Amino acid sequence: MISNLLMIMMTVVLVNNYVLAQFLGICPFLGVSKKLDSAIGMGVAVTFVMVLAAAATWPIQTFLLDRFNVGYLQTVVFILVIASLVQVVEMFLKKYVPSLYNALGVYLPLITTNCAVLGVTILNIDNGYNFIESLFNAFGAGIGFLLAMILFAGVRQKMELADIPGPFQGVPSVLLAASILSLSFMGFSGVVDGIFM
Amino acid sequence: MTTILIPVAIVAVIGLIAAIILTVLSKILYVPVDERQAAIREVLPGANCGACGFAGCDDYAAALAKDSSLSTTLCAPGATAVAEAIAGILGVEAGTVDPKAAFVMCAGNKEVTNTIMTYEGVQTCKAAKQFFGGQWSCSYGCLGLGDCRDVCQYGAIRIIDGLAVVNQELCVGCGMCEKACPNGIITIASKKNLVYVKCNSHDPGPATRKACTAGCIGCGKCAKICKFEAITVENGLARIDFDKCKNCGLCEKECPTHAIVNLRKKPAAKPAAEQAPSQNQEQKQ
Repeated sequence: MISNLLMIMMTVVLVNNYVLAQFLGICPFLGVSKKLDSAIGMGVAVTFVMVLAAAATWPIQTFLLDRFNVGYLQTVVFILVIASLVQVVEMFLKKYVPSLYNALGVYLPLITTNCAVLGVTILNIDNGYNFIESLFNAFGAGIGFLLAMILFAGVRQKMELADIPGPFQGVPSVLLAASILSLSFMGFSGVVDGIFM
Repeated sequence: MTTILIPVAIVAVIGLIAAIILTVLSKILYVPVDERQAAIREVLPGANCGACGFAGCDDYAAALAKDSSLSTTLCAPGATAVAEAIAGILGVEAGTVDPKAAFVMCAGNKEVTNTIMTYEGVQTCKAAKQFFGGQWSCSYGCLGLGDCRDVCQYGAIRIIDGLAVVNQELCVGCGMCEKACPNGIITIASKKNLVYVKCNSHDPGPATRKACTAGCIGCGKCAKICKFEAITVENGLARIDFDKCKNCGLCEKECPTHAIVNLRKKPAAKPAAEQAPSQNQEQKQ
């Protein structure tokens, strides 16, 4: 049971990394990876919201949409739930944990429309995970996102000092670096099966 | 009919529930915003320099609105005018701002020190520092590539003969240059201070002398002559304690290498720029 949960987590962190293998949540990945501390802030915020969103959407899918046989409403309902969930979290933090609210800053509202969060919740259902497995999958997805952000922030900080030819400066070189980083994660695809066996 | 009604009802009910929860919570979790905060933010300069010790003008305004006992005089760029405006908004007594300026603790321009290489890398002090400590024979001094000039929002710093020179009249003492300098040779102090040691080298005397003729060799003559015990020599470098210094200028006359400067002698119109070369001429005589 535990090895199964760990397996789900490791798989989603390394092999099926949401950013580098499934190409979800690319916008914040490129947008807020310029500095290490803001990259970490965004990664932690996304992890937090992913777990919460998985906890909220799994019961809705199982006990509401499946019962009435309206699974095709999934996307609409999940967006609705995630958006309002992030709003509630934001208000709660502003009132009771202002320091965390200030630290997360603008990233929290940005997450409302982050497709990685929606992707996690939908893939939880598609893969047929139960409630606990969904939570672990969401947590692993968040950690994977954080890992990708930290690695890429390091790469970009090095690139600031590099002498790049004019046409490649800015977004083109960033996209190239992202593709090379994503390529390196392909190396994990054969590894995970053997870890817990 | 039910195939349409049920999905519509489900989405409508979920939306309604979410709306009710959000409305109720927004009332319960309402955080009052202080009107004075916005008013204070309006009068602050908006340079976000951080001289006040807060993360920026917004942060300082928020802190002021929350805690009225906080000093209204922390904004160095805004000076007394801003302090009075803030005090007016908060209804407290305004203090006076002690005007501050940046002091460059190095006199090593091209005339008194030499280069040990021709540096052709990335033209910033930070990058040059990483490459064997920069191109100058003294690794403590001004790197001369103008990181401080680039961050200065008031155009108060110029690079003259490979040395950063502060125009004391334009300088507001925000401290951006102090943070930007990789060698830490810039100090922010009150504009009242006129006498200071224009050197940052901790090398022993002979090594300093070899690298730069305007450097402090740590002989300690200034410390002996000072009547106010304001000067200490540590690790081959004299430092003047600005709290004790009375700007008498005795040490400046005593210094054999002219590493100590006295701004009082110069006419006010003459910027600090001319000091290093003129010092050098004195030395030759």
